[in-house]
Amino acid sequence: MTLHKSLAIAAGLLLGATSLFGGAQAQDIKVGAVLSVTGPGAFLGDPADKTLRMYVDEINAKGGVKGRKLQLVIYDDGGDAGKARTFATRLVEEDKIVAMVGGSSTGTTMAMVPIFEEAQIPFISLGGAVVIIEPVKKFVFKTPHTDRMACEKIFTDLKQRNLTRIALISGTDGFGKSMRDQCAAVNAKYGVEILAEETYGPRDTDMTPQLTNLKAKAGVQAVINPGFGQGPAIVTRNFRQLGFAVPLYQSHGVASKQYIDLAGDAANGVRLPAAALLVADKLAASDPQKAVASAYATKFQTITKEPVSTFGGHAFDGLMILVGAMERGGFDPKAIRDEIEKTKGLIGTAGVFNMSASDHMGLDLSAFKMLEIRNGDWALAE
Amino acid sequence: MMARFRQNCWFEPALIALIIIIIGLVLPSTYYFRIATLVLIAGLSATGLNLLLGYAGQISLGHAGFVGIGAYAVAVLPAKFAVPSLLAVFCGTLVSGIVALIIGRPILRLKDHFLAVATLAFGILIAMVLNNEQWLTGGPDGMAVPRVELFGIRIRSAQSWYWICGGVLVLAVVLARNLLDSSTGRALRALHDSEVAARSAGIDVARIKSIVFVISAVFASLSGSLYALFNGHVTPDIASFLNSIEIVTMVVLGGMGSLSGGLVGAVILVVLPQALSFFHEYEHLLLGLLMILILVFMRAGIVPTLAARWARGRT
Repeated sequence: MTLHKSLAIAAGLLLGATSLFGGAQAQDIKVGAVLSVTGPGAFLGDPADKTLRMYVDEINAKGGVKGRKLQLVIYDDGGDAGKARTFATRLVEEDKIVAMVGGSSTGTTMAMVPIFEEAQIPFISLGGAVVIIEPVKKFVFKTPHTDRMACEKIFTDLKQRNLTRIALISGTDGFGKSMRDQCAAVNAKYGVEILAEETYGPRDTDMTPQLTNLKAKAGVQAVINPGFGQGPAIVTRNFRQLGFAVPLYQSHGVASKQYIDLAGDAANGVRLPAAALLVADKLAASDPQKAVASAYATKFQTITKEPVSTFGGHAFDGLMILVGAMERGGFDPKAIRDEIEKTKGLIGTAGVFNMSASDHMGLDLSAFKMLEIRNGDWALAE
Repeated sequence: MMARFRQNCWFEPALIALIIIIIGLVLPSTYYFRIATLVLIAGLSATGLNLLLGYAGQISLGHAGFVGIGAYAVAVLPAKFAVPSLLAVFCGTLVSGIVALIIGRPILRLKDHFLAVATLAFGILIAMVLNNEQWLTGGPDGMAVPRVELFGIRIRSAQSWYWICGGVLVLAVVLARNLLDSSTGRALRALHDSEVAARSAGIDVARIKSIVFVISAVFASLSGSLYALFNGHVTPDIASFLNSIEIVTMVVLGGMGSLSGGLVGAVILVVLPQALSFFHEYEHLLLGLLMILILVFMRAGIVPTLAARWARGRT
């Protein structure tokens, strides 16, 4: 009986914790974030979570923004769009945030968009797909490159190498599907012809049959593999095992050290578009991104002892865009929104941001670097 | 007199309706209304599953599949085929009911682990279709659900959805109560105690199982439709295995064979993660610990255990 009583009290306390912890100092400026810190999207949300905490601490240690400290409210949606939406409502209604940097995936972002549009609070998403900013939504911005840009960057590189007939092998996950559609939409603009297409499931362990089909197709000059997770690593291994002699392109979705580790020697010679962050130390001294990218990479690696990933970089970019906007326009959500839209020449880890009323991402193709893997490490292909 | 009142089949639904009305009058903000609405929606599928699991004793680990059918019915039909949302809700429940009827007969012949695995496979199958048929369902990123219009008014506020879902839930509880108090309900309990005995007493076991499976599928589908319309956006997560487990957990935690038990389970599983979100890193740990404690110390589930204690205390 006593145990049950204490259980009940414990449960009561837990429920009460919401209101206890909810009350914060009035002077702090609240910035919200809903991230997929756990679950299948953890590789996206976890570095973003660490980055935001790290830099908000740094900003506060230096005296905050316009003399006011920032207070970060982070919720973990576990990759679930429904949960993300509930937490977004909570940020808006209960925590009374002035702006949000978060939304790890396209799915969670799209679920949260209506809430921020209705509440008229700026929302800087970390999701990849182009649907987030197209059509333009007044209060929604994003910092990662779109999958369409990745296709365009690859096609530009192909044209320079005089390769115009390609084959696609794409993952059936959200990322792979979305990028495959974008590639199939812009290929004609670059005079690139898609001769054959294959797909594989997110948990497939052998892509030899699909690749054999592609290899049998006459005239294929290059193969592109939109996808992320372990699939592209298996594709890369199988590709070499079959003795496929044409160039292989991966997407920005594999731009992490993990991919090279998984694919091993087979990864050498693979090209992919990615943010300058991965090759921060190899950039030319004249490159405008060099200072920002190396500073972020060094700080992230020293504090977390983990290799830097572009996904944390996107959160860094979002936070810097937001802080810049608050410094110029104050703390009213609508003023912040107007100032985010006016962001010009802000150098981030993903590129140089030039936002406008019709472009809520502000990156162009120059933001992507074409990388080639050489001796198990990233190298600039250009 | 009180005891006789509690025997009345209207007592439980009336009590639930009263609680819903009182809570609806005191909730302070949209955020609380949203949480409360999610509780009501989860409560609906838990009530359906409770009929199957708690009363008939048949396990289903694939109920989120029916939730997914209901949710995508109101997403796909209005967006792609211009079917009005309300008709789409009906189509969703109809499809779920028919699917349950077709797969129910062979599947429900199985017992224990085999039944669990068969229903599990069904749920995963639905989730796979929703994930892969991108042209129809928008794939893993999900799709937007058109807002529903009633008498020319677009319903979007959490407040209005709270009252709608509350109404549907009370109606569902009344239906479930009536079913349980009918001859079918008595047959269900006989089936739960011993299938062989029930059969020798002249009960058409296969038919009874089918009926209750269809009803629980319809409840789940309806809750999926409400969820999608309320959220305005669906992703295939809704049909995921984890979601199936969550519904089962609600029923087991709150109390199998107790309609209000399923609802209490829904309250715990929806509200607790919100209350624990400030313990970020320990959230899952605490949630798991609490469930283990409840299952160890209240083995029949929260509501039946407390009810038994209360009854003992009075005599």
